[in-house]
Amino acid sequence: MSTKYSVTIDGKTVEAGPKQTILDVCKTAGVDIMTLCYLEGVSNVGACRLCLVEVEGTQKLLPACTTTVAPNQKIQTNTDKLKQYRKMTLELFFSERNHICSVCVANNNCQLQNLAREAGVDHIRFPYIFPEAHTDASHKEFMMDHNRCILCTRCVRVCDEVEGAHTWDVMGRGYQSRIISDFDQPWGDSSTCTSCGKCVEVCPVGALWPKDAMLGHLKKSPEMVTELVHKRKHRS
Amino acid sequence: MNITELNQIAETVRQKKSEFKKCVYVCTGAGCISSGSLETLDAMKKAVKESGHEKDADIRPAGCMGPCVQGPLVKIIPEDKMYQKVVPENVKTILDKSLLADEVISSLLLFSEKGEGGFSKAADNPYYRKQNKIVLENCGSINPESIEDYISIGGYSALYKVLTSMSSEDVISEIKESGIRGRGGAGYPTAMKWKFVHDHASAEKYVICNGDEGDPGAFMDRSVLEGDPHRVIEGLAIAGYAMGAKQGYLYVRAEYPLAIKRFDTAIKQARKLGLLGEKIFETDFSFNVDIRVGAGAFVCGEETALMASIEGKRGVPSPRPPYPAESGLWGKPTAINNVETLANIAPIIQRGGKWFSAIGSRKSTGTKVFALTGTVNHTGLIEVPMGMTMREIIFDIGGGIPGGKKFKAAQTGGPSGGCIPEQYLDTPVDYDSLTGLGSIMGSGGLIVMDETSCMVDVARFFMEFCMDESCGKCVPCRVGTKHMYDFLTRICEGEAAMSDLEQLKQLAPFVRDTSLCGLGVTAPNPLLSTLRYFHDEYIAHITQKRCPAGVCKMTSGVGHVH
Ligand SMILES: Cc1cc2nc3c(=O)[nH]c(=O)nc-3n(C[C@H](O)[C@H](O)[C@H](O)COP(=O)(O)O)c2cc1C
Ligand code: SF4
Ligand code: SF4
Ligand code: FES
Repeated sequence: MSTKYSVTIDGKTVEAGPKQTILDVCKTAGVDIMTLCYLEGVSNVGACRLCLVEVEGTQKLLPACTTTVAPNQKIQTNTDKLKQYRKMTLELFFSERNHICSVCVANNNCQLQNLAREAGVDHIRFPYIFPEAHTDASHKEFMMDHNRCILCTRCVRVCDEVEGAHTWDVMGRGYQSRIISDFDQPWGDSSTCTSCGKCVEVCPVGALWPKDAMLGHLKKSPEMVTELVHKRKHRS
Repeated sequence: MNITELNQIAETVRQKKSEFKKCVYVCTGAGCISSGSLETLDAMKKAVKESGHEKDADIRPAGCMGPCVQGPLVKIIPEDKMYQKVVPENVKTILDKSLLADEVISSLLLFSEKGEGGFSKAADNPYYRKQNKIVLENCGSINPESIEDYISIGGYSALYKVLTSMSSEDVISEIKESGIRGRGGAGYPTAMKWKFVHDHASAEKYVICNGDEGDPGAFMDRSVLEGDPHRVIEGLAIAGYAMGAKQGYLYVRAEYPLAIKRFDTAIKQARKLGLLGEKIFETDFSFNVDIRVGAGAFVCGEETALMASIEGKRGVPSPRPPYPAESGLWGKPTAINNVETLANIAPIIQRGGKWFSAIGSRKSTGTKVFALTGTVNHTGLIEVPMGMTMREIIFDIGGGIPGGKKFKAAQTGGPSGGCIPEQYLDTPVDYDSLTGLGSIMGSGGLIVMDETSCMVDVARFFMEFCMDESCGKCVPCRVGTKHMYDFLTRICEGEAAMSDLEQLKQLAPFVRDTSLCGLGVTAPNPLLSTLRYFHDEYIAHITQKRCPAGVCKMTSGVGHVH
């Protein structure tokens, strides 16, 4: 049963299938959508709000990564309002903790930095919150700096869904939320961590990194997890 | 259980009650218990027993009677006398004068200390006269821990009617005719929600009663669960039948131990009598209810977070769509309804959708329960027909503002709502009018404020609440509420510049439009509504470093006015 139907993205008519997300369809159609918490291969949470699009007939802005398309939907991905909101969202990320790029190990290899450049963020209009956050150097191979964490939960999802270890989780509420390992123990003391390093690879910023990485020379490859998931799926 | 047995239970209770000359209801809602009503109840029972009048006066516990601050409350039937602040020392007098004789003790009458004690019949008091009790009709006049009491006033007969003479479609169309909209805040038509779940083909479906009640100061749902738990169970069972669900849950916060205890007792009683369980009323319908206790996070009242919490996960919301009606608890079609919504179902079935739709206004039918608080003479729980004006609620039922102060604003919808200023006091209280004014009906919080309230401070209070209760999942709410709170604090402290106000005005619509769930979407409401009606107060704080209401302590000290 072929149930293809068409939807319009930024005025362009494209083909879509049921159960496909707006993001999937945009990718096939070559329409660029800004994403951050999204990681192909793990579940989608719709948390960063960068992929929001406008859909005709609803007031609500909908996240492209979690919303499935419907027949004849008219989708806008790049209105002035969306551009303005994406900029503000990125500024909020920068204002939340401590993002001093020049001293960060992920400088020039940071997804947040790239997106800011792409969106034309040239200054942060909001005051910096600078909450007290610590660094965890207890793991023998890796570092975790909470000052740079943007709470995208990629590490949490990869560790749970791909590695099956569930070392990471989120604790606390609101702006006081933070990532914890096991029962809020030092990462190095974790009895569940297998030291596979997947979380480090997928972390979009400089919050997780290998201890041997040099300032500005860190290279991360989130695609590695996506490929792994893909291979596993097609093995059987 | 069959209908003959049900009727027999009802008849036995009625018979027993009719043997007494008088009946005394002592409020055992959580409010009155905290002012000592259990001692009053015991003293009353003891006094009757010791004086040998056990056969004359029936002393019974009952649910919330409304004006909790005046507790312990005692109601005497059939005269309908309402006595307040009844302590064990008053018991002897009540026995002698009002039980063995028919005298009125004026000093004990409701609101007597406020010089309004002239109503020996409670129903004549404007406080009660203007109310219309459907949801609360049994609260205060049956023993909430007795299923027989509930059956004696027609309880479970709506369930019987549904199971034996209506199809699931009939039930939904009766609910549709009533026009009832969800009482949990958003006002979504209940029939529509039920129909979505009904139409989803799935062997497994769920119906959930949302008793999280996280709005600060709200206690409508708690009072219903404490005062008339069987009404909610009956509503759940009817909902289950209408949608094809066999399992219902009550999600309730751990801070409500009495509600949990009474509801649990009610479930056990209903199971024992076969009103829950297999083959109810000898039909093919089976239904069970279980309680799930939450840790009391405001965000867990949001339906997707609530379901995550029931599933044992961290209580954080997920994007909708998919809506729970399609993919809810454990991925199955699920209907989530507020306590008050479900408490309206049995009367709608018994008396008809048409009857219900004639109450209230055209697009907001029925009644609404409010927790009236703040600077108003009669605080407490009230139930009014929709469409009543705010003025009637505050000045007739609420008895106006104490101390000769001037009314300033009424706040509805708590942290998700807004303020209604004096010029709109005559607006009818219904879903659409309140939304039009930039507030919302909300779940029933209603805070009255007089001229001594600072509206910037009020906005800051609710923003702090949202900031603390934000789950932290999405960035606009997590960081946006923190920034808005910080800006508001600076304004309150006289440390802000006009540019800060500009930033607030940029942030508010952004957080509203981009947040993942209703908490973030509505968090800017108190700010936006006070900006709309009390802009001058913001300006005074910023440019003159002055709090017009004299509430905010200005750190700079310039132009400090008190
Ligand atoms: C942050 C937040 C808190 C909520 N809290 C409650 C609550 O305590 N009780 C409630 O019934 N609904 C609450 N709701 C609304 C529910 O998500 C849901 O809409 C409601 O329970 C549906 O019931 P109704 O259709 O009968 O109103 C809340 C929504 C949000 C966004
Ligand atoms: S540590 Fe990295 S991957 Fe994990 S939540 Fe923080 S920013 Fe995301
Ligand atoms: S809006 Fe607030 S409460 Fe809702 S998901 Fe986002 S952070 Fe959590
Ligand atoms: S990528 Fe869709 S919300 Fe983050």
